[in-house]
Amino acid sequence: MGATAEIIVFYILAAVITVSSILAVTSRKMLRAATFLLVVLLCTAGLYLLLNYHFLAVVQLSVYAGGILILFIFAILLTSSKGDRSESHDRRRRIAAFAAALAGAVITIVATAKHKVLYGDNATILGDNEIPMKQIGHALIGDGKYEYLLSFEALSILLLACIIGGILIARKR
Amino acid sequence: MIPMEHYLIVSSIMFFVGLYGFLSRKNLLAILISIELILNSVEINFSVFNRYLFPEHMEGMFFSLFGIAISAAETAVAIAIIINVYRVTQEIDVRHIDKMKY
Repeated sequence: MGATAEIIVFYILAAVITVSSILAVTSRKMLRAATFLLVVLLCTAGLYLLLNYHFLAVVQLSVYAGGILILFIFAILLTSSKGDRSESHDRRRRIAAFAAALAGAVITIVATAKHKVLYGDNATILGDNEIPMKQIGHALIGDGKYEYLLSFEALSILLLACIIGGILIARKR
Repeated sequence: MIPMEHYLIVSSIMFFVGLYGFLSRKNLLAILISIELILNSVEINFSVFNRYLFPEHMEGMFFSLFGIAISAAETAVAIAIIINVYRVTQEIDVRHIDKMKY
């Protein structure tokens, strides 16, 4: 992909992310909000692809867009009683929340724009050389420096605890 | 080449939109959707910093990977709790959930 095409794709993704994340938190109907969340997650996978993190993009698609969204949609369908509409807080609360979010966003964006980060043109951003799958696999289950066997196993225990906890909390008594 | 700051601006917009939703919505599931936005923006930041500043390492990518897995676990448990709350009180509006079981 040429450099210009990459830039165009990035700005399209950025615009779609901005618009649909705003819609995801403001739309009244919960199913619609979940759909906009799906759009945000898909565009995030697109950003990972632009950064040449192919494995991360696939994980994002399969775990977030495939797994979590299904959970959300089932939960919305199970808990929607009257027309699945969700009210917002009263006006004062909304304005306070908007002011807090806007102030934080302005501070962060100004700080980001003013701060010069030094980085060179490295080949991994410019070219399309992804990290080889073999290297990722070895790093995930190795126990040396910069290898992640312990956190991988801790994560699997966390997932097991979540399965048991989820069944225990949500089952009918 | 896309400047790194543009990725960071996109992710900070996503973060603060999520913050707004977290503070302004009343539905528990809408609050959970906002938390997902926040987590997602943090994961973008991890991988962007990794790719631009330390391209020969993979730490940021693995942080994002573990972050995705942990947020999946967190969402599963949170949705189980929300469904249980709905079963007890017949609604998932945070204003009306002010009673514990006993």
